[in-house]
Amino acid sequence: MMKLDGVSKTFPTGTKALEGISTTIARGEFLALLGPSGCGKSTLLRLLAKLETPTAGTITWADGPPKPGEIGFVFQDATLMPWASAADNVFLPLKLRGQSRAAAMPEVSAALAQVGLADFAAAKPASLSGGMKMRVSIARALVSKPNLLLMDEPFAALDEFTRHKLQEDLRALWRRSGKTVVFVTHSIYEAAYLATRILVMSPRPGRIAAEITSTVADRPERRTAADYIDLVKHVSGTLGAVMPA
Amino acid sequence: MNKRLERAAPFLFGIIGLGLWQAAVWGSGIPVYVLPGPIAIIQAYAGDFATLNAAFVSTITVAAAALLVSAALGVLLALAMAASSLLRAAIQPWAVILQVTPVVAIAPLIIIWVNQPFLALVVCATVVAFFPVLSNTAAGLAATPRDLLDLFRLNGASRLQTLLLLRLPAALPYFLAGLRISGTLALVGAVVAEFVAGSGGFASGLAFRILEAGYRLEIARMFAALMLLAFAGIAIYGALGLLSHLMLRRRET
Repeated sequence: MMKLDGVSKTFPTGTKALEGISTTIARGEFLALLGPSGCGKSTLLRLLAKLETPTAGTITWADGPPKPGEIGFVFQDATLMPWASAADNVFLPLKLRGQSRAAAMPEVSAALAQVGLADFAAAKPASLSGGMKMRVSIARALVSKPNLLLMDEPFAALDEFTRHKLQEDLRALWRRSGKTVVFVTHSIYEAAYLATRILVMSPRPGRIAAEITSTVADRPERRTAADYIDLVKHVSGTLGAVMPA
Repeated sequence: MNKRLERAAPFLFGIIGLGLWQAAVWGSGIPVYVLPGPIAIIQAYAGDFATLNAAFVSTITVAAAALLVSAALGVLLALAMAASSLLRAAIQPWAVILQVTPVVAIAPLIIIWVNQPFLALVVCATVVAFFPVLSNTAAGLAATPRDLLDLFRLNGASRLQTLLLLRLPAALPYFLAGLRISGTLALVGAVVAEFVAGSGGFASGLAFRILEAGYRLEIARMFAALMLLAFAGIAIYGALGLLSHLMLRRRET
């Protein structure tokens, strides 16, 4: 889907966020960027979204650079517009491309149904729980049917129960839709549960310290399954080896 | 019971205060041209009902006009400042200078320059009132959540779309808060301008009536005009509070 070749990012302040990132992101994979706070993983995600430009290196796209709406982005906070209903928040990407509300409503409803919020179309963000807000945010990222979904620690602020549920739903959605997902996280368990490939990143400047391919089979009881626990141990061991003491 | 008492408390407090005031005036025999009691003030108001009410309308019209101009001017300048950092750098210090200069000092000039008396008062009141709208709206426009701005960019939003669909709605609560401050200041500005203009000005507002009553030692009438000024302030503050309540109520629930 895209190829990163020696991508580095140094901010005007002199902060070196990323150095020499090279990897190929395959179509349909679920890639987790795992690393401690400040390792530049969010910056890498912003580079993929073209919200920032690399100071060195290149990002090449198999089908040419993405056009507006071809990337779905989910932020750490739900970042909904508080004055707009769930449906209007989800409608936003289509509205910005000039679609009328009436014409877009079937797609908006479908996106809300996809995240299990069909009955909450008219609700304002203030009346939704944290998990529901994040679901609206995911529906907003899905509504324009992007092939690439970029997620920046979307579940970090949620409680454990909600997080587990959303992880399961996201995994199922990815299986169903075949989208490419790049998922930033600082949780070993989350990366091991969700991803087909994990890039472990070292702290500033961010480099790829290790690459782990998951062979865990998909089953509902994976959180207690032996191969999942083995993977968690393996990732933890790798982390211990690459992180400075 | 407790809640009801709490709601009645300001009125009870006011009535007790007025009662004590009246009793003190009666008991001490202070002449009415030094300190009139509430009853004398009400009598003065009743005796000059038409003139004082016209003065009330005149002053509140100046304040309302100044508030409207302030709102328009403040929002326009805030938009200009949000649109370009060059304009922001150019405008901001001058807005601050205008704000920190005591307007009483500019008022005589404005009265001389602007021939039309009503217009002169509105200009003075606007100079006093417009800054809170400007600074609040500018702060609101600058405080647009960065993630939402990114989201608009990712979806190829134009500058106009970002302004209308994101920046302005996000700045609305800030603007309304600024408007409430400006509302009270507009009245202050109108009163100051009337004082400076004196009989050479519009010659019919409440502040002018206060000056006039002072010259004539009609202290009770002076208090009556002061009472109306307080009402004007409450009316403006209440109206803007209601406006902001109505505009924000349906937004987030």
